[in-house]
Amino acid sequence: MVFAVLVAFPALLGLVALYTRNVRVALTLLLVGAGMHLLATGWLWTIPGGLELSWMFKLDVLGLLFLTLTSILFLAASLYSIPYLMHGTHGEQAAPHRFIPCLLWFLSCMSLVATTQHLALMWAAVEGTTLASAPLVYFYRRKSALEAAWKYLLLCSVGIALALLGTFFLGIAATASSQTHAGLSLSSLMSVAPTMAKPWLKAAFVLALVGYGTKMGLAPMHTWLPDTHSQAPSPVSALLSGALLNCAFLAILRFYQICIASGDAAFARTLLITMGIISIAVACAFMVRQRDYKRLFAYSSIENMGIMAVGVGLGGMAVYGAMFHAVSHSVCKAGLFFVAGNVLREFGTTRVSEVRGLTQRLPVSGVLLTILMLAIGGTPPFGPFWSEFIIFQTAIGSHPWLGIVFVTLLAIAFLGMGGVLLPMLQGSSSSPIQNRKESTLSVVTPLAMACGVLALGVYLPPVLSDLLHRAAGLLGG
Amino acid sequence: MKDYADLLLLLVAVSNLYIVATSRLNSCVRASAIQGAALALLPLVLWTSGFNVQLFHLAVICAGTLAIKAIVIPILVSRAIREANVRREVDPSVSLHSSVLLAGLLMGISFWMSTVLVLPRPAPTMLLVPVAFATLLTGFLVLISRRQAITHVIGYLLIENGVFIFGQTLAREVPFAVELGILLDLLVGIFVMGIAINHISREFDHIDTELLSTLKD
Repeated sequence: MVFAVLVAFPALLGLVALYTRNVRVALTLLLVGAGMHLLATGWLWTIPGGLELSWMFKLDVLGLLFLTLTSILFLAASLYSIPYLMHGTHGEQAAPHRFIPCLLWFLSCMSLVATTQHLALMWAAVEGTTLASAPLVYFYRRKSALEAAWKYLLLCSVGIALALLGTFFLGIAATASSQTHAGLSLSSLMSVAPTMAKPWLKAAFVLALVGYGTKMGLAPMHTWLPDTHSQAPSPVSALLSGALLNCAFLAILRFYQICIASGDAAFARTLLITMGIISIAVACAFMVRQRDYKRLFAYSSIENMGIMAVGVGLGGMAVYGAMFHAVSHSVCKAGLFFVAGNVLREFGTTRVSEVRGLTQRLPVSGVLLTILMLAIGGTPPFGPFWSEFIIFQTAIGSHPWLGIVFVTLLAIAFLGMGGVLLPMLQGSSSSPIQNRKESTLSVVTPLAMACGVLALGVYLPPVLSDLLHRAAGLLGG
Repeated sequence: MKDYADLLLLLVAVSNLYIVATSRLNSCVRASAIQGAALALLPLVLWTSGFNVQLFHLAVICAGTLAIKAIVIPILVSRAIREANVRREVDPSVSLHSSVLLAGLLMGISFWMSTVLVLPRPAPTMLLVPVAFATLLTGFLVLISRRQAITHVIGYLLIENGVFIFGQTLAREVPFAVELGILLDLLVGIFVMGIAINHISREFDHIDTELLSTLKD
């Protein structure tokens, strides 16, 4: 029942919304879907042992964590989309009647990724997220958006094809162990993992890391990400960054769980750390002197995905840090993209050089941008500071040189980001002031995200920290 | 019957080379349709040689592959070729001669890889794993060396076909995964890439992806 609300219900609402011409009705459907989803997710928190329903659905703490993030961000993005869809945006040809159904299907697919532990089904769901979100990227009917959508589609589809190959390899690895085959569900694969054929298991993990890593935005397969995030409408960018990348990460973590169960995770951990550090370094290189603020946030997402990969790869307390970072990054980045949407609507451009005097023209968004920038950069007392600090501490303890590289790159990223964003906030604008009031919903949602990321840093509720610890426990943390 | 399976796999390998060697897009599509048909027959031939897949799953996999890989996608892609009015691959970044050589090299690498990664249970035929690797790698070659959006789709199809051949080793144990692969192939191939190509040719008047490169840092 609860799984129906999470997966089938949004898909069904999407189908209804597809045949609704009235934007208000479609918006109501969207909000109903988002609200019900959050309620169902909240109810799942009250069940301590997780839930299992047939072979399709099985929820553990890891799934619950990512499901909750998806659910909260989706509701926020839906609320933020209301002014977008009601009043139109900067005069470009758009296709609102496709927007809401695709959003709902996107939610349905992401929920399936989090609630299933059958690797083939999870693979199909990840592919589904690409298919549902590609039309969202092409919301504004302009050439550059089409280019972004095409790159997104092609690169992620190729990545996903490799992930399927990785899933097959895992199945082949499992044929070594017993006469009756284990199938592709996580629990049975984990139980036969110690007897798996090791070369195939390793090849499977590499393919999954490359395949799902493409979707997660790990460098060097990240090239679609900045284009897609800069061309998609801001609420979609927020969802892509805060929810979708996490879902792809979850898919990699499922493979990692099997590697741990096989008793030979050192290889996987080295790969995760290497890919993570490369991602952070590449993102840093492009963040410094970035000319487009939405691309800047996209590269920051690549950096943060790298941080999470490093955290999981380090093991120990750092896994807890990585889980914590998944939460704080999602909340913070969604807020940043919401603010970016406000800036884009006011100035009509994503070029940094054409945005000046932000605090004058949009006082609330200006303050929020400053707060969220400090938060994502890892300054105390916000959530990302603590998660990055925990990962750094573990790194310094086990591999000192790694810890130093890690913290240096983070500092470069922070300075790079500040160097790009601060000139936007200051100065006075040359273009005439349009004196449009900031609409309530477009300010309240990023404000809520900013409060959330502050709350995460100041006081972590025991319920959440317990969940994070248990999730880390599944990943050898 | 094992000889027939090898024959089909050889056909797949030859069509790989042909796709790499030709510059005419229509021939590319025809070759990929033939490859699709060979792939559709493959599970059937393996079944007759005692590789017991359940009959229902066998029917779904064969019929689905035939319909999608050999009929629907080739028709859609050739329609896109007609509408976009492109006939040839212009100016590939790797010349046709050298890409044929590269494809041959990749074939050799695939045979080597199949000796490194040995299946825990013996494969239905010796050629299965090397041809799967070769198809996969050829797909990447096409994807990297060509510039037309349509050839990119064909490169993607080759990668999918390679994965499909690998899937045959698992068709007995987890037929469900192989079927899902086919289903998703359908969605990607038709609903999205077909539609996207249409949009691209309408917006840009051509489908050369070189011009799809305005977004960069």
